[in-house]
Order: sequence, then structure tokens, then C-alpha cells
Amino acid sequence: MLNRLQQPWVASIAIFVGFICIWAWLTTTPSGPISAADAEYARLAGQSASGQQASAIPSPWAVALRGYELIAHALDNDNPNNLGIAWHLVYSMARVALGFTLALAVAVPLGFILGLWPACYQALDPFIQVLRPVSPLAWMPLALYTFRDSTISTIFIIFICAVWPMLISTATGTASVRAEWLNVSRVFGVPKLEHVTRVVFPASVPMILSGMRISIGIAWFVIVAAEMVGAQSGIGYFIWNEWNNLQIASMIVAIVLVGAIGLALDVILKRIGERLSFRE
Amino acid sequence: MADLDINDVSMSFVDRSGKQLIALDRISLAIEHSEFVCLIGHSGCGKSTLLNIVAGLLMPTSGTIRCASAVVTGPGPERAMVFQSHALLPWMTCVENVHLAVKQAFRGAPRSELMDRAEQALKLVHLEHAIGKYPFEISGGMKQRVGIARAFAVQPKVLLLDEPFGALDALTRSSLQDELVRIVETTKTTVVMVTHDIDEAIFLSDRIVALSNGPAARIGRIWKVETPRPRDRLKLTTDFEGIKYRKEILEFLYKKEPFPQFAS
Repeated sequence: MLNRLQQPWVASIAIFVGFICIWAWLTTTPSGPISAADAEYARLAGQSASGQQASAIPSPWAVALRGYELIAHALDNDNPNNLGIAWHLVYSMARVALGFTLALAVAVPLGFILGLWPACYQALDPFIQVLRPVSPLAWMPLALYTFRDSTISTIFIIFICAVWPMLISTATGTASVRAEWLNVSRVFGVPKLEHVTRVVFPASVPMILSGMRISIGIAWFVIVAAEMVGAQSGIGYFIWNEWNNLQIASMIVAIVLVGAIGLALDVILKRIGERLSFRE
Repeated sequence: MADLDINDVSMSFVDRSGKQLIALDRISLAIEHSEFVCLIGHSGCGKSTLLNIVAGLLMPTSGTIRCASAVVTGPGPERAMVFQSHALLPWMTCVENVHLAVKQAFRGAPRSELMDRAEQALKLVHLEHAIGKYPFEISGGMKQRVGIARAFAVQPKVLLLDEPFGALDALTRSSLQDELVRIVETTKTTVVMVTHDIDEAIFLSDRIVALSNGPAARIGRIWKVETPRPRDRLKLTTDFEGIKYRKEILEFLYKKEPFPQFAS
């Protein structure tokens, strides 16, 4: 029994329960005319806010209730102003999927070329180094102006942020195939094409997959912000819209969902990586 | 005509500061058909460099290598190599690893014949049970067996071994040495092997070539091992002859050509 209690997951649950308790305490305790959170809000917002009724941070129960309502109506699609949260998530995931797939289709072949021909890598490196650190959102106005379409723009943003990690890790993986494997090809005279497809490519698969994992994480990261700025649907738009309506509980529910889906995407790609990578 | 003719081969590298470092200095050695030659010397003396030049992986700064009277200009199927780190491709099964090499050596042969050759090679090293296994599923000694099978499968004129048993434990090493002797006796392959294991060299070789210390390594001394075959590993450790070679080689390596930092 004692051993069971020392398991890390027990501690995780304890931390979670503790967090909920503190949250509940901070948001519900003083039931006077001005709640603790109101006082907090007043302090943050200045004296002007102290007198009026402000929307407080909701309690865990309120968030849970809101979560239940949102999920109960997740698939609502009766009018454009009442789109269920599931649809927003589907929009976001579809944009991520499209942008990510495009990035994959560009990054892997290009990374392969850069890895095989160091001269190409050196020639393109300055451009990669300059474009890579640019915040994806910096592209947004330019994308909106160019494509005149918010959906295409968000997909472009996902593409531009997902392409770099995959490009660089593919190029690195292709360029750093172990010397002993290259020597096998040379000693036994494996022809160029077979060498690339049966030696270099399998050898760089683990690197390509770890690049994909980083990219999907960044893509999911960025989609929320991109949709806040330039979309009329999607989970980012949903969060921004709820903020405009001061539906704090809905925002919190959405944040939790974004986190859960991000985790799921990462686990899926990790599994795929384990399946496709060679073992030693 | 010698199977392998190393003629006045020198190798120098240019280091970072632009200084020229001579690794091998005018090395000449002729190796007869079905002869087993071990290259021995301190680590870093250039014996692996010499083997890589013979393999065609490195081009010498001057001098030529001839294999069966053809000048070596790069790697070729008549010179197969067993690497120090087994160098199996981990995403291919054992038989696929061998098949990859066989396919290049017998280009144009039907797939069934190539597969058959690959399987035969694995049977030769007693690995019929590991044919469909991946390298991660088998032990270090078995991996090196696959490496040996791959090299023999292409039926090379000259087999090059770069410290193939260096990473193995003593028992596995002996059993692989026995395996190697048995196969070489039947195939009559010419062998050049790099090792730093004196007992291994005495047990396997017809000739032991000791390189002097680098930089600018030369051939220091050559022993012809006259002990008749089949050799008995145990007897070599007690026989006068075995002890004599052992003593002479040790003397050469530690007295005449001591490791640079031990030189007084």
C-alpha cells in the first residue's frame, strides 16, 4: 500500500486535487458583496473597477458545468453563430493537417536534397536562418493581403511554421548518416539510387520523425493564435469570441481541450515514430 | 603474381593548421594467393588507414595498390570488408543485409539465386536460425558472423578484416576465429586482417606484418608463422614456437617500437 502511494501518478493526482482546491478557495470563499476575485480584479484594474460588478474568474464547478454544456452541444451546427465546439476543433485540426501535410511534402524532399548536397545546403542556409526565427504571425497580414482568404492564410501560417523543423532535421539526418553505413555501400558497390533509398533514407527516418513531432507541436501552438487574428471559425476564434463575450469559463474549457489535443497529437506521432524507426 | 600488391604506398593528411602529417611512409608488401596476413601495431600507427587504402575507401598520396594485377582506384567487389563495428544496416534483416551485398556482386542474376546465395552464406557461419531476424534481435558475436557472411557471400579475391573481433568477449572471439579459419581453408580466400591481438595474429596468420609507430609508419618487421595447420590454440600457448613468436612480437612492440609516451 505504501509502495502504491509512492507512485508518481499518485503525486500527480494529489497535485491536481490541490490545484482544484486552491482554485475553488480563491474563487468561492468570501460570499460578500465583493468576492475575493472581484477585489483582486479591482486591485489589478484600479479603483474604478472596485465598485462595479466585474466578471470574476469562475469556480472549478462553473467551468466543469460549462464544459458539460459545451460538450453536450459540441456538434451543434444549426446556424453560423452557434457552432459547436467540436466543429471549431475540427476546423482547427483540418487547417493544421493541411498546412502540416504541405510542409511535410516540401520539407522532406528538400531536406533530403540539402542533406545529400552540402553545397545546396550552404547556398540555402542564409535564407533558412533568416526566415526560421520569424514569428509565424508576422506573416499573417501579408498572407491575408496576398491570398485574400482567411482559411488559406491560416493554412499558410501553419505551413510556414511547420516547415523549418522538418526541413532542418531531414537535412541533418540525411547528412549525418553513420560513416560505417556509408562505407558498407561503398565497399559493396551499392548504386547511387539504391544507396539513397535503402541506406540514407531509412537511416534518416528517426530524425525526420522527430522533426515532424516538433513541427506538429508548433503547428498546434500557432493555429490558436492564427485563428484569433484571421479566421471566423476554429478553436482560436472560439477562444477570442468567448473572450469578447466575457465567457471566461468557456475560455478555460477551450484551453484544456487545446492542451489535450496537443498531447494526443504528440503521442500519436511518437507512436508512429517508434513504429517506423529502426531498432538497434 | 601476387593477389594483392601494395607498392610504395604513402599517405599523408593535412591537419587544421595546414601542416602535413605523414601517416604511412612508402609501404610495399606483396600478398600471395590464399595467404593470411595480419597487420599489427600500436593503435594509431596507421594499420587501419592502410587497410582502407587497400579497400579503396581512401586514395593513397603516392604509390599504387594492385589487386590481381588491376590497379585499385576505388572500392570493388573483389575486395570485401568486415568492419570493426559489424556495420549491419539495422532496418534490414540479416538475410537482407547479405542480399544487399550479393545483389551488387552478381548483378543480373535472378532474385531467387541471390537469395539462395545470401542464405547459403549465413548457413556457412551457422546462422540459419537468424536468417529473418533483425540485427537488434541477435547478439554481438552473431552480428559479426553476419558481417563475415556478407563479406564471403560476394566471393571476394581478397578479404579485408578491420579488427573484426575487437569488440567481442574472449570466448566468442575464439569461436569466430575458428569459424574464420574453417571458411578460409575451404574458400582459399586471401585475407588481410588488422588486429592488435598478438595471439589472434599468431593463431591465424601465415605472415605477421608489424608496422612501426606513426607518424610516418613503415613496415617494422615481418614474421612468417611456420606452425602447420590446423593449429591448436592451446598448444600455441605452450609450444616453443608459439611462445617464440609471441615474445618476439611483444619485444618489437614494447621495446623496439614502444608507445610514444613510454619511450625514454
